[in-house]
Amino acid sequence: MGSTESITFIFFNAFLANNFVLAMFLGLCPFLGVSGKLNTAVPMGLATSFVMLVSSVCAYFLNELLVMFNIEYLRLISYIVVIASAVQLVEMTLKKLSPTLFRALGIFLPLITTNCAILGLALFQTFKEYNFMQSLAYALGAGAGFILALLLMAGLRERLDLAKLPSVTQGAALSLILGGLLSLAFMGFAGLGAE
Amino acid sequence: MSLIKQDDRITVDTFLEGIWRENPVFVMMLGMCPVLAVTNSAINALAMGLATTFVLITSSLLVSLFRNLIPSEVRIATYIVIIATFVTIVDYIIQALSQDVYNALGAFIQLIVVNCIILGRAEACASRNKPVKSMVNAAGMGLGFTLALLCLGVVREILGSGSLFGLPLFGEQFQPWVVMVLPPGGFLVLGGWLLFFEWLKTRKQQSLAAEGVTHG
Repeated sequence: MGSTESITFIFFNAFLANNFVLAMFLGLCPFLGVSGKLNTAVPMGLATSFVMLVSSVCAYFLNELLVMFNIEYLRLISYIVVIASAVQLVEMTLKKLSPTLFRALGIFLPLITTNCAILGLALFQTFKEYNFMQSLAYALGAGAGFILALLLMAGLRERLDLAKLPSVTQGAALSLILGGLLSLAFMGFAGLGAE
Repeated sequence: MSLIKQDDRITVDTFLEGIWRENPVFVMMLGMCPVLAVTNSAINALAMGLATTFVLITSSLLVSLFRNLIPSEVRIATYIVIIATFVTIVDYIIQALSQDVYNALGAFIQLIVVNCIILGRAEACASRNKPVKSMVNAAGMGLGFTLALLCLGVVREILGSGSLFGLPLFGEQFQPWVVMVLPPGGFLVLGGWLLFFEWLKTRKQQSLAAEGVTHG
């Protein structure tokens, strides 16, 4: 049982070819919501990747336990509880270490709980039957991919603020079309890793 | 308890607001991930919409029944556990009904848990209203969500594979516009729909303004 994919392959697959945001549509809410400015996009990306890492490790051990006791139907409920606790942990750490950053992120911190990229990561690593190191690589790749997508989007949108646009296209529609173009560009990575 | 008197009446608007004025996808921009991910064919869109509607209605009912028992400090956690329970039920139901649909939707059925529409409804409506009213409201929201998914699914399936609900529409020579069923198509079609609605809104405002000038 298990998967035989190499660790580097898993990392780059999650990072570029199957980017969580642009190819698998996970974590779109922060992607569209927080990507207005570069200086909020970076801490948000870092916080999300950290939660991804913590919850991925927890989910791995939790799944072992669930399989041992034969209660897989509780998987979803236990994963979401673990993620909520991980977010709480990040919140408390940030509050202690950097109160300014904590205030800057504000409402977006608790919202990480309902970011589907995190639950999606935990579920996918279970479906693919990754072992511990593979799960770790998957979480790191997905986190890096999330930061990359957020950064690209924030950079583009900062430029767009200076551009003259027809009034109809302002707002969400334009962000979505931008996302579509970015996603088209990322399709170019799809050949990566194919033998 | 609260000073503001709650309006318990159920009007047509309770149901309709989710479909048009507060459509979760086109107006409130909630729950975007499943909207883009599973709408590559009309069937998938319909299945996803119905599953979400089921979870919306049942979790609204339960949250509304227990609204006076849940302490406000742990309400979000409680809502999530309630929602996760119903999502697990839906997951098993779909698996029993159709393995094809189950495989096509994949992890996105389980990801209904983190769909902000459901948590948003639990927080904004079900926790403050009587069970029947919250269920009617949830049904409207669910229907609005399903319609929005269908809007995307139909366009993407017609353009991307030249068929509708699996039935071929055009002749043999039709060259499918493959990019529409791939990830970028989701972004572009939703962007297109939003542009369309924005255009309708501006036109309506302009005609209202013009009327105001002639009558004033």
